[in-house]
Amino acid sequence: MATITINGETKELAKSLTVAELLVKNDVSQPDMVSVQLNGEFVYKENYKTTEVKDGDEVDFLYFMGGGSF
Amino acid sequence: MEFTEEQILRYSRHILLQDVGVEGQERISSGKVLVIGAGGLGAPVALYLAAAGVGTIGIIDGDVVDLSNLQRQIIHFTPDVDSPKVLSAKEKINLLNPDVKVITYQTLFTSENALEIIKDYDFIVDGTDNFPVKFLINDACVMAGKAFSHGGILRFDGQTFTHTPGNACYRCLFNAPPPPNAVPTCSQAGVLGAIAGMLGTIQAAETLKYLTGVGDLLTNRLLSFNAKTMNFRTVNIHRSEKCPVCGAHPTVTELVDYEQATCEIKRH
Ligand SMILES: [Zn+2]
Repeated sequence: MATITINGETKELAKSLTVAELLVKNDVSQPDMVSVQLNGEFVYKENYKTTEVKDGDEVDFLYFMGGGSF
Repeated sequence: MEFTEEQILRYSRHILLQDVGVEGQERISSGKVLVIGAGGLGAPVALYLAAAGVGTIGIIDGDVVDLSNLQRQIIHFTPDVDSPKVLSAKEKINLLNPDVKVITYQTLFTSENALEIIKDYDFIVDGTDNFPVKFLINDACVMAGKAFSHGGILRFDGQTFTHTPGNACYRCLFNAPPPPNAVPTCSQAGVLGAIAGMLGTIQAAETLKYLTGVGDLLTNRLLSFNAKTMNFRTVNIHRSEKCPVCGAHPTVTELVDYEQATCEIKRH
């Protein structure tokens, strides 16, 4: 079991996951749409598959938001 | 700067604020702010800055007012449909506050004119609707050492942060624009009109804070909110060593015009 925080909300995971797996689990099908922070540090895209999210970690998905004029 | 009696009355609610006072109002009144986009965000930003008495407001937008804009772009009125947005905005600003000098640019903000236009301003507000221009504003401001407010809205969500030289920039967060169609555009997504006002007024407040030096700006913090839950959340962000424009080894050393299909639904 791992208890993590995603965008401020507590989530229970059956086991530790990589950032790439976590993105899939959270229905982020296009990783280009988000920027990921793990405990306040950016995770670079090339490290998504090797970076593990462990018990107690805080993850933030920062989404692209486009509008203004529209 | 000497205020007339009329101006002292007009700005009395600022002057009464201990943190602002006459001195703060003088800074606002001599401030020069560029609003990029006279749309959903630019409209409330420009109106509040005009009301506040910002000395010079530059507005850049190449579009004309469309009927579908009026649901949220509150600086434009029904008789303004088909008029250039910059002229419609200038007219309202002049009516609201004749103290303000308005400079209009009825054109697109591009890599060709970006640095030339921003050089005259103290603060820049991103009120645009597309990623290529958001990245261009970021890059131009970072290169020119200018402070700016970033803003984005989608459906029921809004997000904003303020950049000042040395602090996190847009590319620290997002390396490069998303591939076209990766992010839903307005024509697919829509937006609750009042969200534009919620975010735009935050951007206007940041602008006034920057000009007066009052309070803590949204630097190194990304503020997001969702209007369905009315939850506001601030995530700490920071300058990235690997940032392509402000990092240790920048790869973006000149301005780029990225390609992306435009977001606006046109009636033709
Ligand atoms: Zn940066």
